[in-house]
Amino acid sequence: MEERSVDSTPARAPVNRILRSSIVDGPGNRAAVFLQGCNFDCVYCHNPETITLCSSCGTCVPACPAGALSVGESGGILWNRDACTLCDSCLKTCPHNSSPRVRLLSPKEVMAEIEPSIPFIRGITVSGGECTLYPDFLRELGELARERSLSFFLDSNGSYDFAADRGLMEITDSVMLDVKADPENGAEYRRVTGNDGKGILDKAEYLAKTEKLYELRTVVSPGLFDPVAVVEKACRRIVGTGSRYKLIRYRPVGVRQEAAAALAEPDDLLMEKLAGICAGHGIEAVIV
Amino acid sequence: MRTITMERVEETRQAILDTVCSGVLTHEQKVTGLEKLSESLIEVLDLPPEYLKLKEAGVICDLGESNAPPRPRYIVPDYDRLFKRGCEFLELTPPADLDEALNVLSIFIRHVPSVTNFPVFIGFLDRLLEPFVQREDPLYAKKKIGLFLRYVDRTITDSFCHADIGPEDTRAGRLILECEKEEPKSVPNISFLYDPQTTPEDYALKAAETALTSAKPSFANHKMFLSELGEGYAVVSCYNGLLVGGGSYTLSRLRLGHLAAGAKNLAGFWPLLEQAAETMMAYMDSRIAFMVEQSGFFESNFLAKEGFISKDRFTAMFGLVGLAECVNTLMEREGKSGRFGHSKDADDLGVAIMKKLDALVKAHHNPYCSATGGNFLLHGQVGIDSDTGESPATRIPIGEEPEELSDHLVHCGLFHGYFPAGTGDVFTLEATALRNPAYLLDMVKGGFAKGGRYFSIYSSDSDVIRVTGYLVKRSEMDKLAAGKSVLQDTTALGLGSARNGHILERKRR
Repeated sequence: MEERSVDSTPARAPVNRILRSSIVDGPGNRAAVFLQGCNFDCVYCHNPETITLCSSCGTCVPACPAGALSVGESGGILWNRDACTLCDSCLKTCPHNSSPRVRLLSPKEVMAEIEPSIPFIRGITVSGGECTLYPDFLRELGELARERSLSFFLDSNGSYDFAADRGLMEITDSVMLDVKADPENGAEYRRVTGNDGKGILDKAEYLAKTEKLYELRTVVSPGLFDPVAVVEKACRRIVGTGSRYKLIRYRPVGVRQEAAAALAEPDDLLMEKLAGICAGHGIEAVIV
Repeated sequence: MRTITMERVEETRQAILDTVCSGVLTHEQKVTGLEKLSESLIEVLDLPPEYLKLKEAGVICDLGESNAPPRPRYIVPDYDRLFKRGCEFLELTPPADLDEALNVLSIFIRHVPSVTNFPVFIGFLDRLLEPFVQREDPLYAKKKIGLFLRYVDRTITDSFCHADIGPEDTRAGRLILECEKEEPKSVPNISFLYDPQTTPEDYALKAAETALTSAKPSFANHKMFLSELGEGYAVVSCYNGLLVGGGSYTLSRLRLGHLAAGAKNLAGFWPLLEQAAETMMAYMDSRIAFMVEQSGFFESNFLAKEGFISKDRFTAMFGLVGLAECVNTLMEREGKSGRFGHSKDADDLGVAIMKKLDALVKAHHNPYCSATGGNFLLHGQVGIDSDTGESPATRIPIGEEPEELSDHLVHCGLFHGYFPAGTGDVFTLEATALRNPAYLLDMVKGGFAKGGRYFSIYSSDSDVIRVTGYLVKRSEMDKLAAGKSVLQDTTALGLGSARNGHILERKRR
């Protein structure tokens, strides 16, 4: 049992979950580390429980049917991993888009959990939340990954100034970058994500030109924004760089109720049209 | 020849009549069945004292081999010799171009017998065809190879028929993979002899993509087989490692789960194991002696007479199933709680049993197995359709698979090294893997690095699926279940294994 602290020392980060093996977080088999906390609040967020750090309000404690949660001496929420059945009652009860199952871990501790997956994985992908909120942690974990000959990928919402962090870029092999609305329309970006998305395409271009952009990703939900304009503008910035474009159908799985009621799923025709735009720029499109 | 009871004669007569009048069997399946029934009346083998008792108890199983075997169980002809010298008996000259090569192969493989009467090995197709493919227009070559593979599927109606490709990258190998991906078929079974250090990554990826579409090829640890059997090995039938120009006289299997059921405790188990293994090997000796000394096969068959096979390249396979059930039973008898695949104690016991069997097999000498140092080779048998409560080889039972695929593969690595005559495991991936075939490759590489020998991986929405070691089409099993005739005899085995072995309930990763 461990007590969670709200403060994180520079080299530690709040870890929501570690998957020892993932088929969908980049090329090949990869370990995936999901950090807690995000500076965006996307309307369709598929993992809303990763957005906020726990405020120790205690609402989840009585909601746990397994009795795996309690309040510690210092007021923090204690999570008993062994008693937990992963029923997610705590996530459903949490009024703050958070999780009491978050652990504050050092890069070394994260690496130790990934260890049994070597030699079955070719790399580590750090996702979130927004992983770039913890650059010190990322740099250290990236070094550890390199020592084990594992590639190091980041999954980011694009809010971070990658060009200004040489240390991070040196140990990062590739980034998977979200383009969540029309970046030239700050109001629209803010409506979709709670952030104006300023400079996102410059970052995409920087990463693509330095051969560190694995893929751009756009979640498509008709009516939320104009995906044709977004994909067109984004494609122009990465032409000829070898990066690909992942077009993600919005699906109401895991999203908050109010969003699920308001958002529409795209049809095949729209997805094919977007793939066609990518193809027109010589960019490989992947529809999921 | 010993006399048998009239009761047994009458039973067999009834079985013959049932076979003749079957509304489900194809003509070929009836003929094969009738041959087996007729041989079952012959009693010429010298049976070791405890044999019948152990057979009755389900501890030793002869896998339906006839009582008077007219040919070795698995025959692995030297196809290089065929392509260099032709075949006098079949009046074939060495092929000069791709058309001739495929024609020579098509004719020859129809004359390579086995326990099922169908060939269990049709060659290193990529190496054999490569020189001819190099000189052909690629589109023409692909069409011809595709038609040949279709011919094999529709005439060799038994999916123990096996072809090998790799580890070198070849144009012919790539065409074979493309053809199988575009037209998935259950025959031939294909092994991709894979060495991550030398096989080019993009070629291996192509094999992975094909596996996710048509459940083949399987990935064979080339380095491991090479270190045990040398350059001249082939993977045939389900996944049997045997010598080219030879094969295996026979395969019997020990059912370890049944054996453990008769043991009071662990201390009582070891002598039973020793007795059963020695009885089974004595029985195998008897079969081999009949085949070599009396059947006349090696003196009369053109394969032996023309040097496509020779006695001194043959061995025999000591098969086993049910290590998981054996270990679990013994753990219970010892009052311990751990289960095979989930506890170090249980896995350590599994390893101890394998070490003992390895020593017993290596201590036994047979004069006709000089190719393998006078020893039989251990084989992780895939089970048969009627098996219940006994998992194939050393596999973790379906329904108890570890959560993480990599943990499962590490477990395979504990045991695969004991089986130079082949063993393997089968995994099902969610269809999302089709978008990331490199995932499959990473798992295979990791599995090999941890001592794994042979992995078959297919996608959950594939029509062709791997049963235990061979392939069937789900759609064909449905047809058979509805009482209709189906082309391949292995479909019935697949249906039995679906009912008894729960092979459709494998954990999806």
